[in-house]
Amino acid sequence: MKIKDHNELFLEPEYIEQFEKKKEFENPWPAEKVKEVAEWTKTLDYQEKNFARKNIKINPAKACQPLGSIFCSSGFEGSMPFVQGAQGCVAYFRSHLNRHFKEPMAAISTSMTEDAAVFGGLNNMLEGLRNAYTLYNPKMISVCTTCMAEVIGDDLNAYIRQAKDKGIIPDDLPVPFAHTPSFVGSHNTGYDNMMKGILTTITAGKKGEPNGKINIIPGFDTYTGNYREVKRLLKTMDVDFTLLSDVSDVFDSPNTGEYKMYPGGTPIDDAADSINATATIAMQKYSTTKTMNYIRKEWGQEAQALSPIGVKNTDTFFDEISRITGKPVPQEIEDERGRAVDAMVDSHPYVHGKRFALVGDPDHLLGLMSFIMEMGGIPVHIICTNGDKKFKKEADELLGENPFGQEGTVYPGKDMWHMRSLLFTDPVDLLIGNSYAKFLWRDTGTPLVRIGFPLFDRHHLHRYPIIGYQGVLNMVNWIVNTILDEMDRKTINTTSFDVIR
Amino acid sequence: MSIAIKETQKMIEEVLDGYPEKTRKARAGHLAANDPSGECSTCKVKSNVKSRPGVMTVRGCAYAGAKGVVWGPVKDQITISHGPVGCGQYSWWARRNYYNGQTGIDTFGTMHITTDFQEKDIVYGGDKGLEAALNEVKELMPLARGIGILSECPVGLIGDDIEAVSKKVENEFGYPIVPVRCEGFRGVSQSLGHHIANDTIRDHVLGKGTMGESTPYDIALIGDYNIGGDAWASRKMLEEMGLRVIAQWTGDASVNELGIAQNAKLNLVHCYRSMNYICRHMEEKYGVPWVEFNFFGPTKIYQSIRKIASHFDDTIKENAEKMIEKYRPAMDAVIEQYRPKLEDKKVMLYVGGLRPRHTIGAYEDLGMEIIASGYEFGHDDDYNRTYPDMKEGAVIMDDATLYELEEFTRRLRPDMVGAGIKEKYSYHKMGVPFRQMHSWDYSGPYHGFDGFPVFARDMDMTVNSPTWNLIRRKR
Repeated sequence: MKIKDHNELFLEPEYIEQFEKKKEFENPWPAEKVKEVAEWTKTLDYQEKNFARKNIKINPAKACQPLGSIFCSSGFEGSMPFVQGAQGCVAYFRSHLNRHFKEPMAAISTSMTEDAAVFGGLNNMLEGLRNAYTLYNPKMISVCTTCMAEVIGDDLNAYIRQAKDKGIIPDDLPVPFAHTPSFVGSHNTGYDNMMKGILTTITAGKKGEPNGKINIIPGFDTYTGNYREVKRLLKTMDVDFTLLSDVSDVFDSPNTGEYKMYPGGTPIDDAADSINATATIAMQKYSTTKTMNYIRKEWGQEAQALSPIGVKNTDTFFDEISRITGKPVPQEIEDERGRAVDAMVDSHPYVHGKRFALVGDPDHLLGLMSFIMEMGGIPVHIICTNGDKKFKKEADELLGENPFGQEGTVYPGKDMWHMRSLLFTDPVDLLIGNSYAKFLWRDTGTPLVRIGFPLFDRHHLHRYPIIGYQGVLNMVNWIVNTILDEMDRKTINTTSFDVIR
Repeated sequence: MSIAIKETQKMIEEVLDGYPEKTRKARAGHLAANDPSGECSTCKVKSNVKSRPGVMTVRGCAYAGAKGVVWGPVKDQITISHGPVGCGQYSWWARRNYYNGQTGIDTFGTMHITTDFQEKDIVYGGDKGLEAALNEVKELMPLARGIGILSECPVGLIGDDIEAVSKKVENEFGYPIVPVRCEGFRGVSQSLGHHIANDTIRDHVLGKGTMGESTPYDIALIGDYNIGGDAWASRKMLEEMGLRVIAQWTGDASVNELGIAQNAKLNLVHCYRSMNYICRHMEEKYGVPWVEFNFFGPTKIYQSIRKIASHFDDTIKENAEKMIEKYRPAMDAVIEQYRPKLEDKKVMLYVGGLRPRHTIGAYEDLGMEIIASGYEFGHDDDYNRTYPDMKEGAVIMDDATLYELEEFTRRLRPDMVGAGIKEKYSYHKMGVPFRQMHSWDYSGPYHGFDGFPVFARDMDMTVNSPTWNLIRRKR
């Protein structure tokens, strides 16, 4: 039996006729008018107006603080993310992460409503802690806030203290917290605040003998493949390390016919001992700023952000790890580098001189720009909705010092509707962004490589690392084969439809 | 009290024992063994009350109900998520309310447009920025037929007067600017958001549209959000019956259609929960009667077609019978193909809106049995419509928590579960076949004669996928 679902059904003539007839009631604009406006949106005139807007975002590429915060909390063993505020937010955060990872995601809301707006959220917090602790047996409850709790000024520290004083939760249960208003920063800020909150709480009183390890903080990194990759690489190097907020098993757990609410994560004791490490390396800078300052200042550790995306960045990453630990980079990793570079050499003719548009998070963009230029590609439009002045300066420097960076313009605070204008007025060969960039692909015909967050409309991409030399290989694969697919589509009716490329 | 009811009640008691005492008492009222006869006084659940903090409710908020459900699908309105960036980000094109139009030019459905509140907006208020924002979108999207301002939590807490801004700008723009006070902390679930959205349709657009001559066969299709094209499949049938659908609310809806539904001779309501309010209003103010119907699965479809036709003349009634006879062989063929593979399979549902009851018939057409069903945000009237359709002793659950869903699953051992994205992957880990019954798991339509084959195919692939058998379970 041939069954037609929405993909085919609505192309049937009877539906096409239905849609035409329905217009009678829609008061539609004349087709010429729609065409005229559609054409106008492709012009420089429209772009100027589009870039002049200051009070509205259209298709922004950023999420809000508590999303980053609960993501960070999830990466510790037995840690339950707990959000003080209105309940819809938590439903949204969970759905968002579910859709990206295709994995379950537990998080608690205190379900604050109008009465909490008037009287404060203390009672919600107390009952919420009692229920969550009894029902879901966490080893740690990591508290953050929605904008509601922030606007009414809930005092998390005092509330948690009361919960412990009243015996609602055990006194020795770690309950780190972070204030995470959605009207400040983005998901990266929330990640940073929560990481700092968790480390502050669980390392309190733990300063002791140096443990000789290094700490790795991934940042708001939604590639489970990256976590597994960095662990593999450091093991290969024989480096003793603690990965702080290790979400790899949390958001990529084996199917055993059993649902585990806490399927992995950094053991709390290991995380508590991170204060005694030799140094801390963050794999993202812009989602760990406060945390790294805290580690430098309070723990007195060497702390630096090194994002190993692209060949040179990965080289630096290993050089620094090697310097800090005194362990040499083994031949096995050197061979991986060789294979990645070999792949780049093989594929360079299809990437060299190609012009790229990029949209995403600050650290991703810096890594991608660097990598693209290593391939001979040209970053042209770089949109970073949650980028700040510091990011702009760093990105401009990266472009400025590279002959392939001379056409690039970095736009912090802009969104994908700005990108739409840019892609019309100054077209490029390839677009890199998250799943929502597919609307840009549709409108402008620019082929899309999906790298970023969220990735909703393609499966399993997040399982493949974009860091390290293996990450280089994956990115070469996605980029060059997207270019070749597009080349096939364009040459389908010409003699250039080659079988060997 | 029957044995089936007693056994289920005992099982519910065991599950409730996991709660702290206060929460146990609160939750006890929301879980019951079904009594279709209505004689058992303890078999009715409490509903539409606050969720307990900390239990992991599945519910969303008023914004989700107003923006995500009711206003979001209105295609030629610019829907602004007014407040911080997150709410609009997480609800961005997540419900698949299909529409025809050129996005960004004359329609705006798959866009995320937000005032992106910063700290200064909280401190100094967001009204000034809102007015400027409205002017900016007007310039960039000149073919919009209206603008909706969907408030997020901070807007209500800081005391912004979005109504004043809307009124002022509406006079300048000459089209509806609709302030919707759907801050997420209002009410107990999505449900209040539906109501608030209904009220704003009433106050700002209803009665203001234009349309040509009326006919005796004019109807409005209400409470169908065209998820995966559901409303289109339903519309096709209604038109084939000889009816004229003058308005489709709100899947693939235009602002104009919101303005002319009061001209209908009859309002047809699919999702009663989210749109009964406006139907009652149209009945009172314009004398438009309304009737509920169910287009899931042939049994309910045939009943509904006849019920709808009974409000019209013999021509329509004859058309209805002809249509049933025309499609019956195709429906029988679907059942013949899929029923043997699905017969006696037990289904647990936990959804929202109309689905916990409306899909029962479709499952039963395939020989499947609903052993538990519940609503995220139902009211008494939803449950009263559900009890008679469920078997005695089936579990009825209101605002179920993750803990309860897990425990019920362990004890009831359903062959498949239909719920939402937040539940989906924990069921995958449990190895329990699962289908998203909010978004149809990106499939659809499920409504009407064109939808049932898709529904049957999807339930088959869910229950009978060989992948479930690959899971190596720990003993």
